[in-house]
Amino acid sequence: MTVDELDELRQTAMRQWDELHSKPHVTVGNATCGQGVGALETLNAIHDFLTERGVECDVVEVGCIGMCYAEPIMSVSLPGMPAVFYGEATPERACEILELHLLSKKPVAEYALGTVGEGSIDGIPNLFETPMMKKQVRRLLSRCGFVEPTNLMHYLATGGFDGLKRALSMEPSQIIDELRRAGLRGRGGVGFPTWRKWLTCIQTPSDEKFVVCNAHEGDPGIFVNRVLLESDPYSVLEGLLIAGYTVGASNGFIYCGAEYPLAFERLTAAIKALEGVGLLGDDILGSGFSFRVWLVKGAGAYVCGEETALIASIEGERGMPRARPPFPAAKGLWDKPTVVNNVETLAYVPHILRHGAEWFAEYGTERSKGTKAFSLTGKVERPGVIEVPLGMTLREIISELGGGSSTEKRIKAVQIGGPGGGCIPESMFDLPVDYESLAPTGAMMGAGGIVVMDEDTCMVDMARHLIQFSQCESCGKCVPCRLGTKQMLAILEGITEGNGNESDIVLLEEIADAMKVGSLCGLGQAAPNPVLTTIRHFRDEYEEHIRLHRCRAGVCKALSS
Amino acid sequence: MPVIYINGSEIRAKEDATILRTALDAGIYIPHLCYHPDLKPAGNCRLCLVEVEGRGIVASCQAQVEDGMKVWTETPTVQKARQISLELLLANHHGDCLSCPKNNECKLQEVASYIGISEERFKQLRMLVPQFPIDESNPFFMRDPNRCVLCGICVRTCDEIQGVGAINYAFRGFATTISTFGNKPIVESACESCGECVVRCPTGALVPKDYLKPAREVKSVCTYCAVGCSIYLGVRGNEIVSVRGDRESPVNEGQLCVKGRFGFRFVNSPDRLKKPLVKRNGEFIEASWDEALDLVASKFSQYKGDCFAAISSSRCTNEENYLVQKFARAVMQTNNVDNCARLCHAPTAAGLSIAFGTGAGTSPISDIDGASCIFVIGSNTTVAHPVAGTRIRRAVRNGATLIVADPRKIELCNRAHIWLQHYPGSDVALIMGMARVIYEQGLHDEEFIRERCENFEAFVESLKQFELGFVEEVTGVPREKIIQAATLYATRKPSLIIYSLGITEHSHGTENVLALANLAMLTGNVGKPYAGVMPMRGQNNVQGACDMGCMPAALPGYQPLTDDNVRGKFEDAWGCKLSDKPGLTLVEMLRGALSGTVKAFYIVGMDVAYSMPNAAIVWEALRRAEFVVVQDIFMTGTAEFAHVILPGASFAEKDGTFVNLERRVQLIRKAIEPVGDARPDWWITCEIAKRMGASGFDYSHPSEVMDEIAKLTPSFAGISFERLEKGGIQWPCTSYDHPGTLRLHTETFSTPTGKGRFSPLKYRPPAESPDDEYPLILTTGRSLYHFHLAMTRRVKGLVALHPEERIWLNPHDARKLGISDGDRVKVISRRGEVLTRAKVTEEVAPGTAFMTFHFYETPTNLLTGDALCPIAKTPEFKVTAVRVEKV
Repeated sequence: MTVDELDELRQTAMRQWDELHSKPHVTVGNATCGQGVGALETLNAIHDFLTERGVECDVVEVGCIGMCYAEPIMSVSLPGMPAVFYGEATPERACEILELHLLSKKPVAEYALGTVGEGSIDGIPNLFETPMMKKQVRRLLSRCGFVEPTNLMHYLATGGFDGLKRALSMEPSQIIDELRRAGLRGRGGVGFPTWRKWLTCIQTPSDEKFVVCNAHEGDPGIFVNRVLLESDPYSVLEGLLIAGYTVGASNGFIYCGAEYPLAFERLTAAIKALEGVGLLGDDILGSGFSFRVWLVKGAGAYVCGEETALIASIEGERGMPRARPPFPAAKGLWDKPTVVNNVETLAYVPHILRHGAEWFAEYGTERSKGTKAFSLTGKVERPGVIEVPLGMTLREIISELGGGSSTEKRIKAVQIGGPGGGCIPESMFDLPVDYESLAPTGAMMGAGGIVVMDEDTCMVDMARHLIQFSQCESCGKCVPCRLGTKQMLAILEGITEGNGNESDIVLLEEIADAMKVGSLCGLGQAAPNPVLTTIRHFRDEYEEHIRLHRCRAGVCKALSS
Repeated sequence: MPVIYINGSEIRAKEDATILRTALDAGIYIPHLCYHPDLKPAGNCRLCLVEVEGRGIVASCQAQVEDGMKVWTETPTVQKARQISLELLLANHHGDCLSCPKNNECKLQEVASYIGISEERFKQLRMLVPQFPIDESNPFFMRDPNRCVLCGICVRTCDEIQGVGAINYAFRGFATTISTFGNKPIVESACESCGECVVRCPTGALVPKDYLKPAREVKSVCTYCAVGCSIYLGVRGNEIVSVRGDRESPVNEGQLCVKGRFGFRFVNSPDRLKKPLVKRNGEFIEASWDEALDLVASKFSQYKGDCFAAISSSRCTNEENYLVQKFARAVMQTNNVDNCARLCHAPTAAGLSIAFGTGAGTSPISDIDGASCIFVIGSNTTVAHPVAGTRIRRAVRNGATLIVADPRKIELCNRAHIWLQHYPGSDVALIMGMARVIYEQGLHDEEFIRERCENFEAFVESLKQFELGFVEEVTGVPREKIIQAATLYATRKPSLIIYSLGITEHSHGTENVLALANLAMLTGNVGKPYAGVMPMRGQNNVQGACDMGCMPAALPGYQPLTDDNVRGKFEDAWGCKLSDKPGLTLVEMLRGALSGTVKAFYIVGMDVAYSMPNAAIVWEALRRAEFVVVQDIFMTGTAEFAHVILPGASFAEKDGTFVNLERRVQLIRKAIEPVGDARPDWWITCEIAKRMGASGFDYSHPSEVMDEIAKLTPSFAGISFERLEKGGIQWPCTSYDHPGTLRLHTETFSTPTGKGRFSPLKYRPPAESPDDEYPLILTTGRSLYHFHLAMTRRVKGLVALHPEERIWLNPHDARKLGISDGDRVKVISRRGEVLTRAKVTEEVAPGTAFMTFHFYETPTNLLTGDALCPIAKTPEFKVTAVRVEKV
């Protein structure tokens, strides 16, 4: 495919897109979160309804808009009126909505989440003015919930492959410079500057180089990547293509866990579509750049989200981490220089190439530029996936976007960044969320998962639970992680069962320190964080468990409450 | 050279060295468990943590030195982290140190005593009773997971050193263990029982069974195959209790195979022959040495001349072989002396002599490591020459291209880039077909051919016969594969050819060897590092037996018997007249016994009755012989036919030298006294000669024999026991200041013209073809767990691993014959029949079958035929037409 052919295809795509929007149409959010609460049944009911009534109306299966609490979500769009998004669209409710809105042109304010598009409807707010949406800056998530994820025409109609087109007209050094000026840092948690990683790969001489997308999001409570992969897979592929072009790789890998079957399916379809039109293959857009993507399915090991374990797994070895340095960018897959980037990082790259570094850097803080997606879950009123400028406070995120506690109990803390993150007490919610600012809490932003806990959560039990996770998922290779997590778990089990000792807390801290210092990879180094941060912020709960045999949250059944 | 500072001391480090290696070399101890100098660092145990200024805490086993680096090995952070890791390990270790076989040799103990443990704090992890079952399935070693620290040394050893990968980590978290595939007992896994992991295990998790610590160790050479691994024999009392690989040896670099490491118990077997035996009225009666030797001397005196035949032993030392041929020639006045090379690599000696001028392998074993392409044909290297086979696997792992040509799906096929499954006996067609492809594509090395070779035109002319359609039909290999293999061999230089009996044991064995020599010369792959032609010779000293002149037409060092000057030299030295008439070869000797021309035999250390083809005829020949003396360490099948049996000493009981397949002369040393009343073979031969009144057999030590060899043999002229004390020497070694010859033919070939000689060849089918009556082609070969017959049968563990003969049949053929795996079957050839069981396997192609020859109960050689290679007189063991019936 040449550039002209791409432009031509985009013209067609935009024409089709306009056509779609000039006619009545319905969308249904069809990602894992929606499917989990019956989106497929809703979809069937809608089709049945339309067939029965003999109504011709496009039904578009879109991705996830991020308002998981309101799934299944559908929208109805009539010419001349803004589209209306409805929540909790059960089959019955969907039919009711179609009856009233589609057939009788009477939007149903009672079920509506908000309107999208020009114009207004009485009694229904603009969706982007509602509390969950208002403070969001949706760039990465701009297509999520609005396009059919595997429909290449939808992607092209919404600016897809503009970034690649521009990238291919640039020298790799110019792309690096663009990313450097943007200040994009890795969204997987560590926050290493993306441009620097790519530059290392460029500067390491080799006959072959690789780019790898880490789509193995295994942390409990984090589902940012899933939403992106299921709702906008082309952006990830475009990002991978740009990375490949920049560093001089002709093969890219996407490592996606088997736990994400829908993401895998959509990536498969998207890769096939790109191969079909020549956006993957030889001489892409007449640039001489050739690139192929290999989709690799993980087999359920959390540690394979660690980049060196992931590389080992792609190579066919058991997924166990390797020592760094050498870093993969210098010596990675099959010992070749390899860029490994997270889904979110790669998905952002086409946007930056399309809109420019300055556009990206409009938001964020001095050292943490841009916006970032977070998954919000736990005891919060509006769980879902949001995108906000880095530097927004936890309180804004939880109270305003998330709507505060979902129970009558007060919010006590959040666990942020997965099992290796840490917990932050409510008293510190005014800290901005970015790569550095959470340091005083002992926790870190990580890949961006926020789990909200109220007073019914026992912090000791929560730490026990997360250490158990890390213990089960430790690859077993290095001693501090394999045995340290086990020993910590045994101590925490003792405490939650009423068999704690005064010396336990010190021992926990000693083991934790040794693990942080001595473990081979990030999993072991970060695994003690939930324990250390809960000891730091909720030491009184530990002491109550040990001395008074009391669990104030009433979670530890062996103890009094 | 980077300079680093460890704890303030300035240390010069090697480029690319790790901090740990640098520290250890400088005598600074950093505790470690999972580090092993032979293996890539893993960073598992985290005990070797150090603090590097500006970088923080790093694992010193993995961190490379950088100039100016400042390393502190004992900071409080480091100590604390190490302490915790150690405490965790100890808590999770089933520790009853006193009853542990590794007590005092345990790395965990060493580390613990260095780091020091204050109190036992991790009670919850404490393993009071063993939690995992012990795997005792392997006869030679035990796996005790309760004592495992998961350092992964065994996993890396199996992968990096052995290239097998029988074990790996399994499960996750605290449940992580070292496991075989499917968590089965190790004996059911891909494990080859080499014991390399056992040697390296830092704790009591992998320990040899029935282990006795040796009181002292004696350096020697393994007595099994001709790789010639250097070993240390562990001695306790008058018993060999252990074998350890010599890490300094360039041959094996410390590695051993299952037989080399664990197969030593035959030495002290109760079945050893301990007294001379004389047959009286059909019964063997114990006799004194004087009685037996006088009898032999007086009898042999009656059979001087060509009615006498000596069969020398490629198990025995050079000195002993030299003495046997000296005895035959000087005392018995005949050139009827041969050795078992006649059954295996005589075509190598003949073929490589014709082509290159020297009938021995061109290259050192270590050249395997650097070859870009390895072409293995007719060699089941990982089974028959395991330590060399391991090197091939490692080379492939490091990027070498492997081409395997074999009718059977041997283990190396799994690692090969191309496997050519040709019909047994079609080698000439296959190799010449490849040569034709190379020539036609212009991939030959014109300069090398022009400068260094001759007779090229005639060779090219003979390529015409090998049109690919014809080759495809004769070999059964698709032409694309032949083209691909030829192209790889010719373009991925340096290319090394490795072959063995699959090439030589044919009625056209010498032609096969010549074909390979052609291929190597055509592509300029001779006389250069990592290239060449490497015959995998069979027995520990088969090279030496030939070198020593135990051949009917050659004096020591392949000096031609027919050359008057040469003969004159020996006549002067030995003080006798020598016959210039070449003697009989092995098969001819036995045929001579049948026809009555050969009447007396002196058979040293060779089980001719079971290792020669068409065994029934051999048995009849031995029965007809008037006087048979067998000198051996066990009551072999051949010894049953003897009139006098003389008990020899095993390799562990005498001094001497062996020559391995790369022409390396190495010392073996007496570790124990001969068992019972056994005597070293050199002493026995000398005693017979002396009792026959011969002079020139008064030696007080084998080193004096070697001195005589050196005087008379130009290629051994620089070799002495004194020099060999410092390490092996590869012949030719022409003077005492000559370093030996790593590779042959680097400047010129050793042919009379100095040029490598191309041989025009024709395809001839094997002597025997399958027909309706005998529809299957049987090939024979060796098992990993056995050698020939008598020795490994005395090692219980080896018998346990491979207890009985099986005929391998392809499932397709088995189905047609109604035979299932394990069924009792009768195998019938045109010469005989044997009973055995069937093993149904895809490893043999339809229409072919495979058996070993390791079992007296199943004398496979009753089946094989005695069609000979016309040049080398080697029988065609590899192609026998048989029929298989269910019984």
